[in-house]
Amino acid sequence: MNAVSKAKVAMYWAGSCGGCDISLLEIGPHLLELVAAADVVFWPCAADFKYHHVASYPDGYIDLCLFNGSVRNSEQERMARLLRQKSKTLVAYGACAISGGIPALANLATPEELFARSYTDCPSVDNPGGVLPRTETESLVGELEIPHFYPQVLRLSDIVEVDYLIPGCPPQATRVWEVCQAFLGGALPARAHEQLAGCTDKSVCDECTLEKRLVKISGFRRHHEAIPEPGWCLLEQGFVCLGAATRSGCGALCTKVNMPCRGCYGPSGEARDQGAAFIGALGSLLNAELEARAGELIDQIVDPAGTFYRFTMSDGDLKGHR
Amino acid sequence: MADPIAETAAPSPDGWEPRIIAFLCYWCSYTGADNAGTARLKYPHNVHIVRLMCSGRIDPELVTTAFARGADGVMVCGCHIGDCHYISGNHKTMARMPLLRRTLEAFGIEPGRFVFEWVSAAEGEKFARLVRDTVAGVRALGPLDWPGRLRARGVGHGRDLQPWGAQP
Repeated sequence: MNAVSKAKVAMYWAGSCGGCDISLLEIGPHLLELVAAADVVFWPCAADFKYHHVASYPDGYIDLCLFNGSVRNSEQERMARLLRQKSKTLVAYGACAISGGIPALANLATPEELFARSYTDCPSVDNPGGVLPRTETESLVGELEIPHFYPQVLRLSDIVEVDYLIPGCPPQATRVWEVCQAFLGGALPARAHEQLAGCTDKSVCDECTLEKRLVKISGFRRHHEAIPEPGWCLLEQGFVCLGAATRSGCGALCTKVNMPCRGCYGPSGEARDQGAAFIGALGSLLNAELEARAGELIDQIVDPAGTFYRFTMSDGDLKGHR
Repeated sequence: MADPIAETAAPSPDGWEPRIIAFLCYWCSYTGADNAGTARLKYPHNVHIVRLMCSGRIDPELVTTAFARGADGVMVCGCHIGDCHYISGNHKTMARMPLLRRTLEAFGIEPGRFVFEWVSAAEGEKFARLVRDTVAGVRALGPLDWPGRLRARGVGHGRDLQPWGAQP
């Protein structure tokens, strides 16, 4: 590939923690292969490009744009639309861009509640004047405007057409490099409709090596309350592990170190709504012959909505609080 | 005796009618609903029945989908514990549905919109009463309109988003 025809690659972060940018760096030495074969034309985390540089590119100039993070404000929406216009292939990279991720847990509260908690009610906040952030402010240089806050956390696909989804929080480096190789080798068609990449169709349980003893759950425990017995299925031990309802591709990294699966790769197989799918799975695993006992066990589960939809709140059927 | 329909099925002033989706198992609850029909028991027409072979086949996703697509209420009915045609199908239901109810409450869906009861093949009267009570309860709660809620918050391709606090 000569310099003239080098592919153009971009990465952008919207409502995210930065972990997705780190996960791309995590491909390690392969990064050198990537930049040898492709030019980075926009990557705020790693290179000094400004928004106006992107705006000056011709439409479709970027061959592969990895967009991570959810959309919660008007700046993020503007960048999503701009990058869609400038990119041949737009990838929702990571759980936040695909399904809201951790930021979308805020969908269970109203903007008013969020602002009250963050700026006045939280015990560690010292804000005697009750000052809240405003979108417009008068200043010496005139009126300043910051991005508008939206009523709820949205997926990238709520704003623009998305070609590929690379799930994970963050996506695992080996999977990311596989997708990069497919792209560089021309094996990734430019346009697709929300096609999953960098994962499998199976569930995390398929990749998990912990022993299933086929016993039913007799009580739920949280991770800080007990130490799991090594080598034994965490769900059978009563730790809420979402592996049964979660797409694989991560290699069951968490359960390898006795950490229950948190569900970051999204719903597995044919399931659309990860939380509902997990309720379906969990319901068949309780050690209860009587309704009252089933009720007792269920009451031991803390915050079912936040736990079962930890990474998919914006993508489930309901998508947030009424 | 007062007409049971007149008590519960009077249309709201704005013409809104509750839409209730009922998922019933084939062996007991659907037969129970049939029993209500053959006994000519009256219940409101707001309920739309979906028959499945077993309440253990009622995926919680069916319930969330029903709400997300505009149902104002959902009913789930199966055989009483001990009566399951497949021996233990309803044992799964008895764990799933209360857990689903707790989850739905976190999303702001009132308990009255999600009714989970056992109805045997002989309990036509119970089924008719359950539908009347459910419709009355949902009517009192008003429309849920989840699709409208999502539209108003910008969910969906290329919609013009309204900033928080802006007038729609």
